[in-house]
Amino acid sequence: MLNDIFIAPFVDMFTAPDFLMQVLWEGLVSGILYALIALGFVLIFRSSRIFNFAQGIMVVFAALSLVGLFAMGVPAWISVGLTLGVMFVLAVVIERVVLRPLVGQPDIILFMATIGITLFLIGFGETIFGGENKVMITEELGIPTGDTVLEPFDGLLILQHLDITVVVVATLLVLGLLAFLNYTQMGRAIRALGDDHQAALSVGISLQTIWVLVWFIAGIIALVTGIAWGARAGVSFALEVIAYKALPVLMLGGLESITGAIVGGLMIGILEKLFEIYWGQPLLGGNTETWFAFVLALIVLLFRPQGLFGERIIERV
Amino acid sequence: MKDTEGYVTADGRQIGGTLMEMRNITLRFGGVVAIQDISFDIREGEVRAIIGPNGAGKSSMLNVISGFYTPSEGEVWYKGAKRPPMKPFEVARQGVARTFQNIALFEGMTVLDNVMTGRLTHMNAGLASQALWWGKARDEEMENREKVERVIDFLEIQNIRKTPVGRLPYGLKKRVELARALAAEPSILLLDEPMAGMNVEEKEDMSRFILDVNDEFGTTICLIEHDMGVVMDLSDRVVVMDYGKKIGDGTPDEVRNNQDVIDAYLGVPH
Repeated sequence: MLNDIFIAPFVDMFTAPDFLMQVLWEGLVSGILYALIALGFVLIFRSSRIFNFAQGIMVVFAALSLVGLFAMGVPAWISVGLTLGVMFVLAVVIERVVLRPLVGQPDIILFMATIGITLFLIGFGETIFGGENKVMITEELGIPTGDTVLEPFDGLLILQHLDITVVVVATLLVLGLLAFLNYTQMGRAIRALGDDHQAALSVGISLQTIWVLVWFIAGIIALVTGIAWGARAGVSFALEVIAYKALPVLMLGGLESITGAIVGGLMIGILEKLFEIYWGQPLLGGNTETWFAFVLALIVLLFRPQGLFGERIIERV
Repeated sequence: MKDTEGYVTADGRQIGGTLMEMRNITLRFGGVVAIQDISFDIREGEVRAIIGPNGAGKSSMLNVISGFYTPSEGEVWYKGAKRPPMKPFEVARQGVARTFQNIALFEGMTVLDNVMTGRLTHMNAGLASQALWWGKARDEEMENREKVERVIDFLEIQNIRKTPVGRLPYGLKKRVELARALAAEPSILLLDEPMAGMNVEEKEDMSRFILDVNDEFGTTICLIEHDMGVVMDLSDRVVVMDYGKKIGDGTPDEVRNNQDVIDAYLGVPH
């Protein structure tokens, strides 16, 4: 038994390094998507102290809009543009109708409001687009679907072109977002608002503008995740669960930290894959990916309640 | 006192006309009257102080000026026009910058980034331009950076430009906050107890900076203090408040000899 836990898995890793690389690669692909979604959560949380429960349904809504528009005969890339428009309108409406009247209410009320948004979007989405599964317009968007076979260590490593595209696009998006936050005035305004509301007001930052902006960014992230995940699993309301994968990422990385979201996402993506293949399947009958991340996050929380990168909460007595 | 010609200060500086005027301001929180029917003006180029014992309503007054509170009654006149009710960020964009009594900086950001946020009131480039860092946004960023560096030099905080603000000692934080307000090139600079909690040396530094700012940039300054000594040295004219009412208004000398003011500070037998 101890052998199975502590020795055999590592022996497997070393005897078949090509397979290990395959596992790591697949972990990286999901990890970068988790990181991207977590980033959406962090941006909204930092600028408004709202934990956005609706992030998951935004992924679904974006993917459905894209597929729906295409089905109506709109060319693929124009559909993407229009879907971005839809996400922007959604951000404006959410800010006006939901957030603005609730400014200054306790955090839990705002959290409940995002659950309300989730339920509304589920119903609204089904009314417009119907509840049946749809296929993501992968080829029409020009996303390559073949694969490349490498042979490291005399073994076999299969890289799906779709996965490569996802990694490249998501990495570019993350880097772009970091640059935007760090080197532009609006990015500075977003970070400033997260640090201190009063001070932000005093330098002329408008809460409303920034809120629309971060919700729109969350919408862009939702669209990219929707395309990437939809291309593998089809477009349905079940896509929503991918956002809940971001929860352990946030527990691990801390709700305020952008670095935390990125590192946490990659860590969870890779570790859950490793655990599933080398421990989960042989010892526990598989399907550990649904819960492993949460257990990992809980263990981290035992030692660092603020997460790996969260702000330390010190209370003066 | 209604002339708009201005006046000449004791040290020979020419003070301009009325820049801001508070007319019969009253501020209530439920049954509590924080400010009661107060009027005064701020002239262009002067250092105007509001003083008074703790709880006199000084900070409330500053919050009215900067738009954080909307007065229950009365009018604020700014640059010759009545100011409609406004959000604080709109007031900021009209050229009113401020600091806070308890320091409100963006602790997670560097000194440079903090001061850069002061330039947000001058931001014109659109979102697309900023997202792509192209065209207008890029030019603006360069220009802002130049102005910010000048302010940083002026306040002698070059050596901590890249330090996260959370790590700085109290006195320096106050100076960074002043830099951020100054970066906005404000028409009026509001300082809420700029010397509170400082030691003598830091107080002297801060006084020097405030006078230099007024001198170099010609910035109109309105400040709150309850350290009488400091205020009398710094300011051209002083408003004295006690229990939400104005009990004195004039040059430091006039105020110092005002019986009501002496009573408020030393107390009188009831």
